[in-house]
Amino acid sequence: MSRNIISDTSEWSFELIEKYDQEIARVAANFGLDTYPNQLEIISSEQMMDAYSSVGMPVQYHHWSFGKQFVSTERRYKRGQMGLAYEIVINSNPCIAYLMEENTMTMQALVIAHAAYGHNSFFKGNYLFRTWTNADAIVDYLLFAKNYIAHCEKRYGVQEVEAVLDSCHALMNHGVDRYKRPQKLSTAEEQLRQKEREEYLQSQVNDLWRTLPIVDSMKKQQQETRFPAEPQENILYFIEKNAPLMESWQREIVRIVRKIGQYFYPQRQTQVMNEGWATFWHYTILNQMYDEGLLSDGFMIEFLQSHTNVTAQPPYNSPYYSGINPYTLGFNMYMDIKRICEDPTDEDRAWFPDIAGSDWKKTLDFAMRNFKDESFIAQFLSPKLMRELKLFSVLDDDEKEMLEISAIHDEQGYRKLRQAMVDQYNLSTREPNIQIWNVNHKGDRSLTLRHIQHDRRPLDDTTADEVLKHLARLWGFTVRLETVSDDGHAEVTHEVKVEK
Amino acid sequence: MTQVIDRRLSGKNKSAINRQRFIRRFKSQIKKAVSDAVSQRSITDMDKGEKVNIPTRDTSEPIFHHGPGGKRKIVHPGNTDFVAGDKVPRPQGGGGGKGSGKASNKGEGEDDFVFQLSREEFLEFFFEDLELPDLIKTQLKSVVEYKSRRAGYTTAGIPSNINIIRSLRGALARRMALSAPYARELKQKEEELDDILAAHGEGDPKVSLLREEIELLKIKINNVPFIDEFDIRYNNRVKDPVPSTQAVMFCIMDVSGSMNEERKDIAKRFFILLYLFLERNYENIDVVFIRHHTTAKEVDEEEFFYSRETGGTVVSSALELMHEIIDDRYPTSQWNIYAAQASDGDNWEGDSPACSELLMSKIMPTLQYYAYVEITAYEHQSLWYEYEKVKAHFPNFAMQDIAGLTSIYPVFRELFSKQQTQ
Repeated sequence: MSRNIISDTSEWSFELIEKYDQEIARVAANFGLDTYPNQLEIISSEQMMDAYSSVGMPVQYHHWSFGKQFVSTERRYKRGQMGLAYEIVINSNPCIAYLMEENTMTMQALVIAHAAYGHNSFFKGNYLFRTWTNADAIVDYLLFAKNYIAHCEKRYGVQEVEAVLDSCHALMNHGVDRYKRPQKLSTAEEQLRQKEREEYLQSQVNDLWRTLPIVDSMKKQQQETRFPAEPQENILYFIEKNAPLMESWQREIVRIVRKIGQYFYPQRQTQVMNEGWATFWHYTILNQMYDEGLLSDGFMIEFLQSHTNVTAQPPYNSPYYSGINPYTLGFNMYMDIKRICEDPTDEDRAWFPDIAGSDWKKTLDFAMRNFKDESFIAQFLSPKLMRELKLFSVLDDDEKEMLEISAIHDEQGYRKLRQAMVDQYNLSTREPNIQIWNVNHKGDRSLTLRHIQHDRRPLDDTTADEVLKHLARLWGFTVRLETVSDDGHAEVTHEVKVEK
Repeated sequence: MTQVIDRRLSGKNKSAINRQRFIRRFKSQIKKAVSDAVSQRSITDMDKGEKVNIPTRDTSEPIFHHGPGGKRKIVHPGNTDFVAGDKVPRPQGGGGGKGSGKASNKGEGEDDFVFQLSREEFLEFFFEDLELPDLIKTQLKSVVEYKSRRAGYTTAGIPSNINIIRSLRGALARRMALSAPYARELKQKEEELDDILAAHGEGDPKVSLLREEIELLKIKINNVPFIDEFDIRYNNRVKDPVPSTQAVMFCIMDVSGSMNEERKDIAKRFFILLYLFLERNYENIDVVFIRHHTTAKEVDEEEFFYSRETGGTVVSSALELMHEIIDDRYPTSQWNIYAAQASDGDNWEGDSPACSELLMSKIMPTLQYYAYVEITAYEHQSLWYEYEKVKAHFPNFAMQDIAGLTSIYPVFRELFSKQQTQ
């Protein structure tokens, strides 16, 4: 093997970063990775903590909760309880990836391969990101949001704005459209539209609260119609459009939080796939470069040590266990798909007739583009991997005294296990199903939500009350939550009264 | 196409505003932590930030999530000996068994949200809306800067600060200590084995038994971990201010018989606060402790606060001594001089006029500020009235009486509040 090592020192320099990046880009392109252009930013650890605490975004409006995040990150980092993650990457075009100045050259190369080529190609290729986020406009939109909120703070006071933001953050997870595709955004348009919306809303009397006298015959009919006619799952959207007492700037803030929540929605749905993909590619790319003689043995040892740390999965009874490590699961699944393509066993042929023996690059690309975590696991989690990770599922039923091991990694268990994994990664079973059910528009204007239980799983009562208080603040009138049990019986379980 | 951008110099402290907002939001809790610290800490302990605990309930951002209960399946890795259909008891209170994300984790977390208020923030809170009198004679010695200095070793830190020699030395010691009993036993067993071999040869049934035990001991010795988290030591660095301006603070306290422990304790806190306040404004501060009964004596901090004496009271002796020390060591052209006096108000009747005379003619012109607290629950005596005369002449002379431990902080604020100094 010819040796043509790029560098043999742990110190990085701008020239070296560029050199490594060129090589990684070349190898990635050979493997067929399609990426946005990259923007690698060298930052200090303080700046990394800044980025951390504003959910990784380069521009973000001000809020105390980001300060809280910063304070706790800083404390843990300074006490050495955590290293900073070596990568933050932003789904934008160009794709922004941060490199920390403290890192060695090896780590910089690892981050470049992982973030700037792995995550980047995932952002560009995966259907959820393609449908739901607009990489071209996000940074501009965040800038618009930051300026708008700063403007509101000047005009209406920091505390007023903070109150609205607090309430919106509480409902952020319930401010996404799951099925409707949002429109693309651009700053100029957004500003124009915001003006138009404001003027329009100011000029309108909301039809819902029309106080003109109504003929008797119509009255009866109206009382029976529910509003909204269909239950609404996007609570923030409903608030933005229908909250009776809100000022237009408050509506705009609701909209901003909602839009940002929507932007992060795909990330929440593709954690395993996304991290696994990036990990698979840094591993594959750097190994390829080593095979080509570009990397030294020392480089590889440092890289492998870090890689192994990231993909380590402590077993359930270890003190370090905190759930399934998405890096491990994702990385192993892609490695496993590659193995099934290249070197299938009889079992693989029976389970994966379509992909066994196919071209691994195409299959992986297909898998990356067209799935989210739950469907990815349903489609590609193989019996071999379940055996390797020694997965088992535990049934926790509060009506029974003991926990039951419902399936393990054996012939009878594979399908059950896989189904349990799918449910575990399905956001709609992970998060409670809460929808806007009805507005009492003839009477006290109270708003009713419904929590539709699944498998009798209850809401956490204290936080539910807190969130309802926030909702009541936005809505301006009494808010109540009905719980619908598995047998369809509905009952009011939480209520926040607003006295007028 | 890749662009590499160096951002290190731009946009530092982006989170500063968010941090401020966080602190503002929890101001009442933080203030409480700060005033608790004041009444609990000792002077040597003051020079650092404060850990603030805020109940997680207050800082949490609520979202809808599932509570415990209902029916659910959780997948875990690392099965060892379960088979399908096994029944296992429910683990009590946390443990590794809680799988699916936020729901269960948050439900249990009743711990406090803990964060570190930096020394600066701590003091900022403390001296909010306070201001020292004008600094007339500030003399800049050098630019304000900090110098990093080695200061021993700590058990916590970041990996790059690990001191390898220290850590490994600790590890070696621990290995020796932990394996010593086995080593001793091993040596004993080996000798025994040699004896038996010499006496009876290989045939003896004890031989194989002993060999097994020896093997076992060797394994035990090998099992003592080479290095443990416990062994790790980190280099510690502290930042020392390079002095730019300097001040000297005189602490004068009456230690006569009438000053009991409680009063001394109050006085001590008063000095601590003044000291900290000066530290906020001057990089380099000398502290001179003068205690007096009928005669005055310059002492060190330990003796000042903790040793006992009895006798009558002549305040002017302390003032004389202070004046001498100023003349001797602290030329006013180079030092900002502050003085703080604590007393229970007792003084020898004929001495009080001498005190005010001494203050007005000699001492006050050289001082930036003189603070006097009288710790008494009774009527004021002559010293108080004499000092009131001084106060009338010098705006930088302040006096106040303190009733008890709880009133220190408010009194302190009043003493130094902006209005009074103007």
